[in-house]
Amino acid sequence: MVIAVDDNTALRQRAWDAAASVVDPEIPVLSIADLGVLRDVVLDGDRVEVAITPTYSGCPAMNMIAIEIEIALERAGFRQPKVRTVLSPAWTTEWMSEEGRQKLRAYGIAPPQASHSRRALFGEQAVACPQCGSDKTELLSEFGSTSCKALWRCRSCREPFDYFKCH
Amino acid sequence: MATANIEVSETPLVLYALRRADDALILGHRLSEWCGHAPMLEEDMALSNIALDLIGQARELYTYAAKTEGKDNDEDKLAYLRDVRQYRNLLLVEQPNGDFAQTLVRQFFYSAFADLYWRAMMTSRDATLAAIAAKSEKESAYHLRHASEWIIRLGDGTDESHRRAQAAIDQLWAFTGEMFAVDDGERGLIHAGIAVDPGTLRGRWLTTLSGVIGEATLTLPQTDWMQQGGRSGRHSEHLGHLLSELQSMQRTFPGQTW
Repeated sequence: MVIAVDDNTALRQRAWDAAASVVDPEIPVLSIADLGVLRDVVLDGDRVEVAITPTYSGCPAMNMIAIEIEIALERAGFRQPKVRTVLSPAWTTEWMSEEGRQKLRAYGIAPPQASHSRRALFGEQAVACPQCGSDKTELLSEFGSTSCKALWRCRSCREPFDYFKCH
Repeated sequence: MATANIEVSETPLVLYALRRADDALILGHRLSEWCGHAPMLEEDMALSNIALDLIGQARELYTYAAKTEGKDNDEDKLAYLRDVRQYRNLLLVEQPNGDFAQTLVRQFFYSAFADLYWRAMMTSRDATLAAIAAKSEKESAYHLRHASEWIIRLGDGTDESHRRAQAAIDQLWAFTGEMFAVDDGERGLIHAGIAVDPGTLRGRWLTTLSGVIGEATLTLPQTDWMQQGGRSGRHSEHLGHLLSELQSMQRTFPGQTW
């Protein structure tokens, strides 16, 4: 498939949309655009380079995400797409879109909340249960099934749930 | 063991990145040894998560060291094809896991330093090191909180947990001085605004320690004598054993990839 390079803006949008269709393999309701992991798409002729930023230094999903971006772009007709990792500025959950936060909650994961001090010990934090909405919840472990999540439990409906940590 | 060791041209900046990379890799590997063995599932996941963060930091630092060196090396060669005397990590991070208290005291001493260190490095004149610092700082804040809470639980817990936590502090204390040592090469980097003078962090590091250890009803040793050597490749007997496991696949099947 060959692309006519007649409209750069439309082409870049097409590349962006293709890259933005890639989802987090660990949280498949969130696209990498929702997460704020997708930083930039640069076109040079019909070559495309996508910049992504890692969430956590050791997040094993990043390799998978990079491969999926290349596949998505090739499917959209871009030849030899490249994925570049940028470290600065460091990723923060503040980049998560409002749509992303709603999708997380609907999926059963409490979205990140900004109020918590990262340095206070045994910190009290109110995280609403994504299942029943109750504020009577408790932290089970700061480290959950992936780097970005903590494990919580609701004391009202007794359901355990993941909390997407503020970072 | 057919694969030869690589050679590394250790300019001050290469060596600086390598030392921090080795700290993160060796401590990350140590923590990964708990995977499947921690006292409870949540802790198994916590220690494995922290290990992942540290190994991720190591990869960034190795990649930068290799790029700065500008030779044929890369992150994998630096991790898998250097022998024990070529490793530049702190003696503290290579110490065996021991019991849970020993692992957490080691983690506490290191994280209390790393948290201050990465925060200070965010203003490094070296853009890559500043970017790595900005990521690592967020992670080390979690690591420190996790370790601090455990020191308090163990110290202010049962007689047995208190005894073990105090024994770990007494045993590991002599390895903490090396975190604040600086050689001539590093002094040049500090002068150039690339590196942070770790000596300037020691007061705040002690304040962090005193607060947590006091609340944990534990005490810090009064001795000033400190063991050093890791930064120049003189290691305890434990590192060679660790590397034999860490490197065995690449040494046995050179160049193998998944």
